[in-house]
Amino acid sequence: MIKVLDPGFYTSIQDAGRFGCQNYGVPVSGSMDQGSANMANRILGNPNSKALLELTMIGCVLKFECNTHISITGSDMDPKLNNLSIEMYSSLEVKKGDVLSFGRVIDGFRTYLAFKGGIDSEKVMNSRSMYNGLTNQFKLNKNDEVHLNDFSKELTGKHEGLIKKMVMSNILECYKGPEFNMLSKQNKEFLIEKEYSISNNHNRMGYVLNQKIDNNLKSIITSHVLPGTVQLTLGGRLIILMKDAQTTGGYPRVLQLTAKSIDILSQKKTSSIIKFQLIN
Amino acid sequence: MNNYKLKYFLFNSNCLLINWPEEIDEKINNDVNDFKNVIESNFNNISEVRSSYCSLLLIFEKKINNIVELENKLDELYDSRMTLDKKDRFLWHIPVCYDKTYALDIDFVATQNKVHTKEIIEKHCQQIYTVYLIGFLPGFLYLGSLDKMLHIPRKKEPRLRVPKGAVAIANEQTGIYPQESPGGWNVLGNTPICLFDKSKNNPCFAKPGDKIQFFQITKNDYKEIEKQVGLGDYRINKKTIND
Repeated sequence: MIKVLDPGFYTSIQDAGRFGCQNYGVPVSGSMDQGSANMANRILGNPNSKALLELTMIGCVLKFECNTHISITGSDMDPKLNNLSIEMYSSLEVKKGDVLSFGRVIDGFRTYLAFKGGIDSEKVMNSRSMYNGLTNQFKLNKNDEVHLNDFSKELTGKHEGLIKKMVMSNILECYKGPEFNMLSKQNKEFLIEKEYSISNNHNRMGYVLNQKIDNNLKSIITSHVLPGTVQLTLGGRLIILMKDAQTTGGYPRVLQLTAKSIDILSQKKTSSIIKFQLIN
Repeated sequence: MNNYKLKYFLFNSNCLLINWPEEIDEKINNDVNDFKNVIESNFNNISEVRSSYCSLLLIFEKKINNIVELENKLDELYDSRMTLDKKDRFLWHIPVCYDKTYALDIDFVATQNKVHTKEIIEKHCQQIYTVYLIGFLPGFLYLGSLDKMLHIPRKKEPRLRVPKGAVAIANEQTGIYPQESPGGWNVLGNTPICLFDKSKNNPCFAKPGDKIQFFQITKNDYKEIEKQVGLGDYRINKKTIND
């Protein structure tokens, strides 16, 4: 078990996502930067499906009540074990009584903290990913207890391949969205050629961009959206839907980000610059 | 049986969108949901088929490599599909309390649309609605079509907290908020029933293609039903629809 001494800005339990129930309006959820989350699990020899912690902007402070091994990937929040700096992207043994602390992000926006064997929290519809209204809580609070199985043995089955660090790029690769071709030639050029900055309105549901595109599009009859769908509102706003987004929407879907680009965007913060690049 | 012209669109590497003519139409929506059942029983490499008003989203376990082959297979299945794949459809009777405690926007709708509140309630209860899709929030049913007299746009600024169970309207649609959430629909009343039960395999009692009719209850009825729902004793009245 670990005890939350300070939850930080927004720390939640996530896994690979909640699949097969989007027909009931249930969001996919799961780690925003799935690539970094997978890497954290792999370093410990965990399958990608194991639940871990996703830290956002300002990290948490945790006290271990059991022995285990941990790994930290994604953005650098200056992690420390008992006040001594520790390395990211490698496995580390922790003992009962140890205190793990994180600060503010140095680069990126989200950090992943994995534990050997994964977190053993409530499973709702086959997933441990926290989501408001579905799981009992949507983020960790002070004094919460997070359950882990004690692991006192030496770590075996460790990841021996290439360690892939979080991708820091400003280019978001995307497919044309279902309504891309409804855009005027000028709108298309604007969308692909301009640089965009991220507004202060961004969270696990979506990222709203600052620059607007004047357009003559009409809303569509409510249809399917996915994490990575870029919607263009009638008022000209671009909204990139993320993991906790609703399953359907009525705004034209102009672009669709690749999985890799969703990972990249998850590490962006207010004012970060991005650019779309079509791959089909 | 109608045969519509289907259009395919590769949404991302493992998702295919199938579009029917873009209309809110019961026949189209029924065709969408019937074809969903056909696809589900004919593919074993699909992780989920999601339905909407006039489209299906097929999510494959792996990358779609041969789009032409896939489209041909779907065309063939569509042309040879049988009505036998229809699932039973039900009409559900949902209790709604239209008392001012719950009817947050009924006066606003009455003024805007120049209708008496009593008439709003009558019109809202008279209509038999089709469940077109479940989306927006876990268990949120999109129901249509609303009586013309009640058509009203979404609120300019969404309400930050629409209460759980709120029965609301927007344009030609009506719906029920399964949980507290921000929302821009105009609230006419509230239902004590549970719309999303995460402990069940089928968390929603209704499915697309089913029908819903509301009936008015008093504040006292509301409290009584709420109690029964809490104890798991309330059964929603349903009828099989023969079409």
